[in-house]
This record gives sequence, C-alpha cells and structure tokens, in this order.
Amino acid sequence: MTGRQVFPPLTLRAEGLSCGRGGMALSQDLVFSVPSGQCLLLRGANGAGKSTLLLTLARIIRPLSGSFGIDGADEDMPLIHYCGHRNAIKPRLSVCENLDFWRTMNGANGVSSQAALARVGLGHLGDLDAGFLSAGQTRRLALARLLVSLRPLWLLDEPTAALDVDGHALVGQLIDTHLAMGGMVVAATHDPISLSKAEQVQTLQLGAVS
Amino acid sequence: MNAFVRMLTHELRLALRGGGDVLTLVLFFVIVGAIVPFAIGPDQALLARIAPGIVWIAAFLAMLLGLERLFRPDYEDGSLILLRHAALPFSLTVAAKIAAHWLVSALPLIIASPILAMLLAMDGEAFWRSILSLLLGTPALAAFGAVGAAVTVSIRRGGLIAPILIAPLSIPVLIFGVGAITGQQAQAAMLFLAALSLMALALAPFAAALAISSAED
Repeated sequence: MTGRQVFPPLTLRAEGLSCGRGGMALSQDLVFSVPSGQCLLLRGANGAGKSTLLLTLARIIRPLSGSFGIDGADEDMPLIHYCGHRNAIKPRLSVCENLDFWRTMNGANGVSSQAALARVGLGHLGDLDAGFLSAGQTRRLALARLLVSLRPLWLLDEPTAALDVDGHALVGQLIDTHLAMGGMVVAATHDPISLSKAEQVQTLQLGAVS
Repeated sequence: MNAFVRMLTHELRLALRGGGDVLTLVLFFVIVGAIVPFAIGPDQALLARIAPGIVWIAAFLAMLLGLERLFRPDYEDGSLILLRHAALPFSLTVAAKIAAHWLVSALPLIIASPILAMLLAMDGEAFWRSILSLLLGTPALAAFGAVGAAVTVSIRRGGLIAPILIAPLSIPVLIFGVGAITGQQAQAAMLFLAALSLMALALAPFAAALAISSAED
C-alpha cells in the first residue's frame, strides 16, 4: 500500500477561522489549506490552542467565527479520524476486541486488525486485556485504529505522547504512508516528526495572537 | 445494521465483564423490596395491597443506579468523541446503548421479580400482571434515563442530577405501571404504558444524541 493514491483529491481549507473554549478566543483568523498528501504541523506553547483547533476541525466544538471545510468531499462519507489525548480503549476488553469493535464501527475498509496490530508492534499481544498495556502500548493501540478504517483526514493530538524512540519513528512512518496514499494530516506535537519528504510539511505556529 | 449489533454486543460485553455490575442492581432491587415488610410490619393484606407500588419503586431506583454507566465511561475515555465520527449515525449508536441499558438493568430485575412477589405476598394474578407491566414500562424508564444521563454527561457528579431531571418524566410511567397491576382499568393502563414506552424509545435516541453533541461545546 505504498505510493498508491487511495483517496480522491481533497483539500482541507480554513478561512478566518477563530476557535476557543468557554468564549475565550485562543487562535484568531487562521487561514490554511491542506491539500491531499500534505501534513500540517501545529506548533505552540501549552495552552496555545492546538487541541482546541483539532477539536474544532473534528466538529466537536463550534468555531467562534470563520469557516472551514473539506473541498471535493462527499458530505455523507465519514472523513475524519480523530486521535486525541484520551485513547478510547476499554481496559476490560482484549486488545483485539478493542480494535475489532472500532473496525466495525468505523467501517472495515482498511487493513485487517491483525495486520494493524503487527504494524504498530502489538502483534503478539492480541489476546491480552487492554488494561494490562503500558501507556505507550495503549497509544500504539489507538494508532492502530487509524489503519483499520481508511479515512482521508487524520487529526492527531500529540500522537507521540508516551511513545518511545521507535514509537516516534513509527508515527512518522504511518504519516508518511498516509500522505503517500493521498491522505491529509493535521498533527499537534511538540516533538519533531521526521517525514521522508520535507515539502509535504507545513507548519502553523499558534498562540501568537496579537 | 452490522455496526448496530456490534455496538449492542460491545455494551453487553462491557457490562457483563464488569464484575458484578448487573448483580449489584438485582441485589439492590431485591433489598429495597425486602426491607419494606420489615418497615411496614407483618400485615399481609396491607403488603399485598402496596406490593405493586413497591415493585415499581424498587425497579425505578435500581434503574437509576445503572444510569451512570450509560455514557460517562465513554465520555471519560474519549470514546464518545470517536463514536460521533463512526460510520453508524450517532443517534443509532445511542439507540443501541439504550437497548443494552434495558437488557442489563431492567431485564434482570424482571427475572428477579418472583423473589419480590414472594416477599411481598403477591397473589398469582397480580404477579403476572406486574411482570407484564414491568416489561411494558421499563423501556420508557430506560429511554428517559438515557436522556437525563446524556444531558448531565459533561457535569461532574452529574449522576446525582440526572435523577432529578428524569423523575418528572418517569411519574406517568409509575402511575400507569402500578395502575396496570391494580387499577380498575388495568387494560387501559397497559396500553398507556406501551404507548409511553414506544414514544419515549422513538424520541430518546435523537434527544440524547443532541444533548451529547451540545454538551461538549
């Protein structure tokens, strides 16, 4: 699945987007456009509004003003994978059951659960209760969810949190593969993410509201 | 359809692996019924007369206990956000949760109700009618409960507020539920109960889904 365009050409476009929480504006008049095969890295200090922007893009919270949308998309299609701070993993279910559940709920059009677990380095732990996983392993399981259902736009909030050095590299590879398939990524992170092609990356500095 | 069934079985699996969550509700239901004879005294005629009310009160309280489990764990671990992006429409996800809530917190009570009937000295006919009225009425309690739980999901300690919100909605269910067991026009009360349940089940998934969507904002 390398280098093959899977998704139709789409563009995530925001114009004059202001978002905030509890009525307090965190970022104002953002303008960006992320075409297929591009990654937008959100940078900024703690509290700069990175997570808020991602939640806004995920349509969980309403923007204060401005608009955004995905050009060229069929509105009925689920387009977004949101991967937030909270991993949405049930400790009482096994690793495989957790992933299979989301595979059914989100649409099983990606790789198989086994393949996804192997990809994120949990291949041998499928039958273990997810409650026994370490923080980093839980994070890897949450990332596996991105692979079992294909969706063009990934919204990643601190994807490398709790991950080891290999995990950081893994996140980079997953994003690389996704971009090669014609996907879009918006990621908030403090860590450097190394992607194979530097021209695929835009950076948006948040928190410099003047 | 596939995803709806999966959501339902997922909820059931979580509840049954909960290590006695279901048993707690059943025990609570039986205990509420069991302490009444001690509080009232051993007057069999009186007990038999108030038994339908006791059964319904016990069922109502036991179902309130289970409400906290409906949306809060999913809210806290982030599942709720992801479920809103699932391929299954969110109101159907909520509907599956309500169905699972009924199966986990109402059906076991109905199965345990013979114990209560025995403790409260109900006669055979009243017992069968109480089972029927619980079967018809508890879906409405589950549906109203889900709306209450959804409205309070983002509030800490919301579990204490939800019962206050849904108590007024549940009063008709209790009135007709008890009426269906003892009333002069039990038949009509049964029909009213069924109508309440159908209406509540039809509206609650949309209301609860809307409440959750606006709660996060």
